[in-house]
Amino acid sequence: MNTGDEMTTTTRAQDPIEASIDPSPATLPPRIVPVGPGRTADDARTGSPDVAGVAAMPKVAAEAVSITYGTKLAVRDVSLEVPERSILALIGPSGSGKSTFLRCFNRMNDLIPGARVTGQVRLDGIGLMDPDVSVVELRRRVGMVFQRPNPFPMSIYDNVAYGPRRRGASDRAQLDELVERSLTRAALWTEVKDDLRRKSGLALSGGQQQRLCIARVLATEPEVILMDEPASALDPISTLRVEELMRELRELYTIIIVTHNMQQAARVSDRTAFFNMGEDRAGYLVELDDTRTLFTNPKNQLTEDYVSGRFG
Amino acid sequence: MSAPSQARGALRGTSGRTIVADRAATVVLWALGGFVLLLLGAIILHFVIASIGVVSPSFIFGDPSDTELGGVGPLLWNSVYMLVLAMLIAVPLGILAGIYMSEYAGDNRVTDTIRFAEEAISSVPSIVVGLFGLIAFVNLTHWGFTALGGALALTLFNLPLMARLSEQALRAVPADERSASLALGATKWQTIRHVVLPLAIPGIVTGIILTAGRVFGEAAALLFTAGLSTPTGYNFGNLNIFDPKSPWSPFRPATTLSVYIWKTNSEGLSQFAAQIGDGASALLLGSVLIFNLGARFLGRILTRRLTAA
Ligand SMILES: Nc1ncnc2c1ncn2[C@@H]1O[C@H](COP(=O)(O)OP(=O)(O)OP(=O)(O)O)[C@@H](O)[C@H]1O
Ligand SMILES: [Mg+2]
Repeated sequence: MNTGDEMTTTTRAQDPIEASIDPSPATLPPRIVPVGPGRTADDARTGSPDVAGVAAMPKVAAEAVSITYGTKLAVRDVSLEVPERSILALIGPSGSGKSTFLRCFNRMNDLIPGARVTGQVRLDGIGLMDPDVSVVELRRRVGMVFQRPNPFPMSIYDNVAYGPRRRGASDRAQLDELVERSLTRAALWTEVKDDLRRKSGLALSGGQQQRLCIARVLATEPEVILMDEPASALDPISTLRVEELMRELRELYTIIIVTHNMQQAARVSDRTAFFNMGEDRAGYLVELDDTRTLFTNPKNQLTEDYVSGRFG
Repeated sequence: MSAPSQARGALRGTSGRTIVADRAATVVLWALGGFVLLLLGAIILHFVIASIGVVSPSFIFGDPSDTELGGVGPLLWNSVYMLVLAMLIAVPLGILAGIYMSEYAGDNRVTDTIRFAEEAISSVPSIVVGLFGLIAFVNLTHWGFTALGGALALTLFNLPLMARLSEQALRAVPADERSASLALGATKWQTIRHVVLPLAIPGIVTGIILTAGRVFGEAAALLFTAGLSTPTGYNFGNLNIFDPKSPWSPFRPATTLSVYIWKTNSEGLSQFAAQIGDGASALLLGSVLIFNLGARFLGRILTRRLTAA
């Protein structure tokens, strides 16, 4: 199953994740574009094999990931791959370990006392569980948007500039440009451009706050964005804006989104993974497929029951 | 009876009782709050009235030996000097200890013991602290009565207090804010420096104010450490901090205003003891007020400086 192993060794040398903390933004890794000869962008998105029959290297992959909290098994043996520039939706009943699983892609589980992750997680083939991986560098490349909008109690500008400043960016003109670009991409620029520096991020509406949090992540120039129910605290109109935004972001980023809203999963994602809880209440991956197939023609009876609203 | 009117009746019944309870709670809380304010106002008013005719520029800045009433200039100076000296020790160390305890040390039996000890030590009777200070900072060091000895004695209970209050202020910062910062690729220290500390500043300032209040008001811990002599003839032009005669030196006896109040009232040598007490108390109240407002103001500026950039 480890087709990525050779690639791992070739990419490893040049990949700066392991080069520990270098504050200069100039040393951020070049984005690796998997769209090679004989392979179309759409192939890369859906992960379908190219002409030669070799699968594109996934942007991120989980290999036999299990996660325990203390003695409680929360996620059992999940393996999946996400092609670059595609959106994977994670759906499933509450407690099936979706958030827990999501957090292993940027090692946020490290922060939870008692949480233990086994197996391997890869970004561009690099093992993220390896001890020499710099989590700081990793989290710059793999951004995260939380369920509850959590802007810092600072100005809108300072919120967006937070990530770049922490890695040493201080040039005023460059920061201005980056802040504007990030806010524009997060569809918030026109609403806030007049009091960027005066208005606190907390003074925005919930939907605006969440778009600010997305802008804040975009400003760190990540390659992958993890979103844990990003629209669950928002009204329908803000939700639609965030969904629109996600479809635009898909052109540039690889996105994994947890959602309880199946219409949302159907609307925004390319592929969908269905998680469920076993008898022992540990979450596991039941089925992963193209979103349309999973919703219209699932292979597993559990999936069918869930997507048709018979349980969950 | 029709259904709507029944519903209205039920609505009135339940809310009636709730409203009574709500009103009662409001009245009681207002009364308690009013009582506290009244008490505070009475204290302030008492000293303002009592100090009329006592507090004058010559009382605030003059020497005790100047007139029969005498001024309290050097004592006020010593109070401020002692405050600065004690805070220079307790505030940075206390905040660092608080950061360590809240962000790095974790929760185990050792840190629980430390927290318990911090709370216990900061509430030890100050006369005991004074006696310990006499042994440690006066006799063992052969310094005699010095401002530094007094400040170190104050540190014995100020540092644990400051550390504990800083820790609590830091812990109160929501986990969401920390996660947001770490998930953006900030290091742990960057997260503390740019997110956690600014949010904790109001709590830390409260800690500083409580600590400072104890320095201003403390007498017992200073009697045997900073000394009881009545200072006169301070020459502020003498900037040599190693000269025990310089008012800038930490190695000189430094009787504070609080100690002086205690002294004049217990010795009964001066016929003006009561007036001196009233005037000095009014000065102390004023100083505390100025310090508190100043600390809040600086705290707000600091928060702004820390979060921008
Ligand atoms: N910090 C934690 N400490 C201990 N156990 C946890 C922690 N977070 C989650 N769990 C447990 O792990 C299991 C999976 O939780 P998780 O939050 O990943 O589920 P989820 O699929 O995201 O649910 P939801 O849809 O409600 O958000 C649950 O049984 C939960 O109790
Ligand atoms: Mg969740």
